[in-house]
Amino acid sequence: MASAPSSTSGLRQPGSGPHLPDTARELVKILVAGPFGVGKTTLIDSVSEITPLHTEEQLTEASVAVDDLAGVRDKTTTTVAIDFGRISLPGGVVLYLFGTPGQERFRSLWDDIAYGALGALVLVDTRRIDDSFDVLGLVEETGLPYAVALNTFPDSRSYTEDQLRAALDLEPGTPMVACDARETNSSIDALLALVQHLIDRSAGT
Amino acid sequence: MTARRTGRPLVPAYLSTGGVATPRRGSLERLSVLAATDQPVPQGLPAAQHALLDVLGDGSLTVVESAALLRLPVSAIRVLAAELTDRGLVTSRPPVPAAEPPDPDLLKRVADGLRALKH
Ligand SMILES: Nc1nc2c(ncn2[C@@H]2O[C@H](COP(=O)(O)OP(=O)(O)OP(=O)(O)O)[C@@H](O)[C@H]2O)c(=O)[nH]1
Ligand SMILES: [Mg+2]
Repeated sequence: MASAPSSTSGLRQPGSGPHLPDTARELVKILVAGPFGVGKTTLIDSVSEITPLHTEEQLTEASVAVDDLAGVRDKTTTTVAIDFGRISLPGGVVLYLFGTPGQERFRSLWDDIAYGALGALVLVDTRRIDDSFDVLGLVEETGLPYAVALNTFPDSRSYTEDQLRAALDLEPGTPMVACDARETNSSIDALLALVQHLIDRSAGT
Repeated sequence: MTARRTGRPLVPAYLSTGGVATPRRGSLERLSVLAATDQPVPQGLPAAQHALLDVLGDGSLTVVESAALLRLPVSAIRVLAAELTDRGLVTSRPPVPAAEPPDPDLLKRVADGLRALKH
């Protein structure tokens, strides 16, 4: 289990409780998606104004129920923690970021979280690109617009942009940016790359 | 959809839901905003409903924040909030006025707001 990241948001507002500010008018969400250990919690923590919260979500393992000859008696469920953070922006918009694991077995949970989302920021660890295929597949099936943020770790090899785009099989218009999820400004830049992409799309392409 | 050049599997068109606009009228979303009304709380209200009223206090919380604070699954909050709404003890409102695709002006305000946070 990953421990809490050591750095916390430069945007944390001391004493701000969990309640919504009175100015909150529109609440929007962006998914921060990616495989295990890629930096989802770190990114959310680096920009959230509240200490990130989490919900415990149940995953029903359908295969267990099907295989179980005794019927539902031993049907097992596993739980996954879904963390989220919040950023109140000037002008009454409150942006929520949901850390969303991207594996096919999370499918129904994924659909529930993705409902109404503006888009997804897909985090990729360049040391294990294949781990991101599931989440990219889920994002595309859902039809969510997305941008890719590459988190580099000390032992990451360097690739050219073209190599990475080819390996991830990105459409030419999909933004891809480098990101250090531990840095508030870098995380904001990655979110901005996504939001700018959403604006460009909505401007009619 | 373009042909895939790599090992990443192609998403068949019939699997694409074509966006996240699956209609789900009436049901609470994760970001639906809950607030208690000022109606008196009846005696004998189930403890779980009481707990939700307590955590709302005299402010507003989203469904997902209520779930996190009460350590309950989101699905449980949906049920509790619906019961409290039926009793007139809680109001709920959707996160944004429905717009599909999202309002360009809203997106611009998100971008401007994010830029203003950089330091
Ligand atoms: N060098 C570097 N390290 C990072 C970056 N992002 C996260 N980390 C580190 O990677 C580790 C895992 O990060 P998490 O944020 O816990 O990853 P996660 O995606 O939330 O992981 P799960 O919730 O377990 O799936 C932590 O030790 C982080 O400090 C980054 O951009 N660069
Ligand atoms: Mg995490």
